[in-house]
Amino acid sequence: MHFVFMEGNEAIAWGAKASGCRFFAGYPITPATTIYQTMINILPPDGGIVMQGEDEIASIGLCMGAAMTGLKTMTATSGPGISLYSEQISFAIGSEIPIVIIDVQRLGPSTGSATRGADGDIQFLRWGNSGGLPVVVLAPEDVRDCYTLTQKAFNLAERFRCPVFVASNKEIGMTRENLDLDSLEPVEILERTISNTRDGFLPFKAASDSGVPDFLPIGDTFPVRQTSSTHGPDGYITTDPVVISQMQERLRDKLESTIDSYSYYDAVIEPDADTLIITYGVSARAARASQRQLKQKGKNVSLLILKTLWPIPDQIIRQFGKPVSRVVTVEMNLGQYVHEIRRILPEKEVIFLGHMDGRMISPQQIQEAVTHDQLD
Amino acid sequence: MTSLINTSRPPVFCPGCSHERITLALDKTFQNMNIAGHEIALVSDIGCSGLFDTFFNTHAFHGLHGRALTYAAGIKMSRPGLHVIVTMGDGGLGIGGAHLLSACRRNLNMTLLILNNFNFGMTGGQFSATTPPEASVGSGFLNQLERPLDACQVASAAGAAFVARASSYQKDLVDLLEQAIRFDGFSIVDMWGVCPGRYTKKNKITPASIGESLAGLSPMTGVVEANIRPEYGTQYRELSSALKPANTPKGVAVNFKPLFSNRREVILLGSAGQRIITAGEIICLAGMSAGLNATQKNEYNITVLRGPSISDLVLSSDPIGYTGIEHPSVVVAIAQEGIDRRKGLFAKLGPESMILAVKGLVLPDSRARVHEIDMKALGLKSQDYAMAAVSILAGMNLILNADMLKQALEYRFRGSALEASLTVMNQCLTTS
Repeated sequence: MHFVFMEGNEAIAWGAKASGCRFFAGYPITPATTIYQTMINILPPDGGIVMQGEDEIASIGLCMGAAMTGLKTMTATSGPGISLYSEQISFAIGSEIPIVIIDVQRLGPSTGSATRGADGDIQFLRWGNSGGLPVVVLAPEDVRDCYTLTQKAFNLAERFRCPVFVASNKEIGMTRENLDLDSLEPVEILERTISNTRDGFLPFKAASDSGVPDFLPIGDTFPVRQTSSTHGPDGYITTDPVVISQMQERLRDKLESTIDSYSYYDAVIEPDADTLIITYGVSARAARASQRQLKQKGKNVSLLILKTLWPIPDQIIRQFGKPVSRVVTVEMNLGQYVHEIRRILPEKEVIFLGHMDGRMISPQQIQEAVTHDQLD
Repeated sequence: MTSLINTSRPPVFCPGCSHERITLALDKTFQNMNIAGHEIALVSDIGCSGLFDTFFNTHAFHGLHGRALTYAAGIKMSRPGLHVIVTMGDGGLGIGGAHLLSACRRNLNMTLLILNNFNFGMTGGQFSATTPPEASVGSGFLNQLERPLDACQVASAAGAAFVARASSYQKDLVDLLEQAIRFDGFSIVDMWGVCPGRYTKKNKITPASIGESLAGLSPMTGVVEANIRPEYGTQYRELSSALKPANTPKGVAVNFKPLFSNRREVILLGSAGQRIITAGEIICLAGMSAGLNATQKNEYNITVLRGPSISDLVLSSDPIGYTGIEHPSVVVAIAQEGIDRRKGLFAKLGPESMILAVKGLVLPDSRARVHEIDMKALGLKSQDYAMAAVSILAGMNLILNADMLKQALEYRFRGSALEASLTVMNQCLTTS
């Protein structure tokens, strides 16, 4: 047993190091700063590189340059920084640059409240890029998840060559918790697929089975191209609608067609339940407590905690939604992911519980939302 | 060495564009230096200068407007052996101003080539950061209101150690580019040129007039002696290689039996400077030494040296779900600011809760038991109140005991800090 007391942000940094992250760039911002602080303490002594950008645009740009030389890279910020990342995120999507982006969400809008939590960026992370192509967003509920989901985020970034977000929250990132490091789920570390040919290498030609191009780094003996312009397999700008369309659809399909292989979740199912709570992030902790409390009162409800939010794990939501008549969606905002639940489960009664005032949603509130109709 | 020009995609310019001369000069420079394409990373952004990455058979990284220096720095840090060359127009110079300043201050061994033709050519000739106020451009009268930026003066002031102002037409451009690339640090060459597609339609500018304009300025020809210093990457590697490895945090040994089962909540209400967060951590570490789960969530103002400081703690033999405080067993009240911030809490407290309060503070009404501590009588300073209160709790065998506390202090502190905390502990264990 290796029993430590650490906050979610520290766990993300250690998880990144365990994933083989060799380059981190950040810009100080509450509540994400302690990721940067931990990275500067642990990575450079081990030969890794940590830089402080002159702003968030630079931080992610530094990572993107490093990523295309072959390093695993990560940056971390909060909502205001994600806003500044946005243009670079679009670039990373379109140019298939692997990068792990941590968003330790804080109460918005705008600069909002630096030391108050929220899950207010959940649609923004998905749609905050020009072009609207998919990204991967994972959501931890506790310090343990911060460690292991960061590892999974690196694996997904390498596997699909795309930006992968970890949507944390001040209430996880800056909350300390005991963690037995020896009890962590072992995560096999993946590496980018390196092209075994140089002659005729095309930087954006997808390997047929994965939909993802094989990689040669900037700095290889074969000169490689990287571009933010609309490009064909050769990495040169193109105006050919057929080539453009194939590229765009591939960028979508490589993530959406494979979502079942990385739909992470936890489900606590009661066979006789007529209500399913669907939640994610720190609200999952209150949901677990409320589920136990309701059970003690003789009311069985099921609980689905989503850890992959984007692409939407439709299959999982349908599977667990099927046996119930009511779904209570709990999130620390004024209603974002609930729109997806309503779309995927149109035949169910979908109730929303959420607020965005810096307070966590409590088990008591969830109990009330679950039993509300029964009490009427 | 042979030319690195990409013959499969020959450079295409407007007739008379000075970018063509720079393309050829750069190619000649590479040849003179005997560098192969795979030893060069050409990083470009948006606009006509952003076409450069397609002209050469080198590594290429074409990105967003004004951000080329950010990618370039990431590439250079990761691959120090590459020649990293950035092309940027006067547009990229303006939008990426913060990155230019930072690159000058860092002194990472890269070369920035500014293809300065005094307007946004690609979008219709709007004014840029270098457009003269007397020019007639596609931005109406707006350029008359702004003073153009001298990139070289800015770069020099920001610490660049190699700064050259040049004409795209000058005979020794190839030699100048070679000096810039060979320079061990951040180098910048501001090359003035002609945009026949847009700028010269309404403004008279020729190679000769560029030469005359440059002659009227104090020349900047390369090395800036006052800014000479070690290269960033070299220095980074030197400093980081001397660092001691950071080990995973050491584990907390579980040596004790917990004093309770299920969930207990503790809240510390203090003010900045009273080491509230540390005291909270100590209680959690003590609980962990008895095999309990623990969470700590803190609240303090951004002005860390003023205002309330609050720590919400949960200790439980079961996994901890909700980390908020609902029914605290113990409220440690040691500063009025903390009490006032959470004043709504008190009315909900029942007789099963205990308030451990520093004597003299005003507590809102509650049904909880109140245990007062006379800190002044104990001769303690404000910054020790929290640790004293934790020690008093341990003396009462409430939440933690003396053995757990001692182990937590020995885990958390070293040297004189440990001695000081043990002194407070020993003094307060028996004062309840």
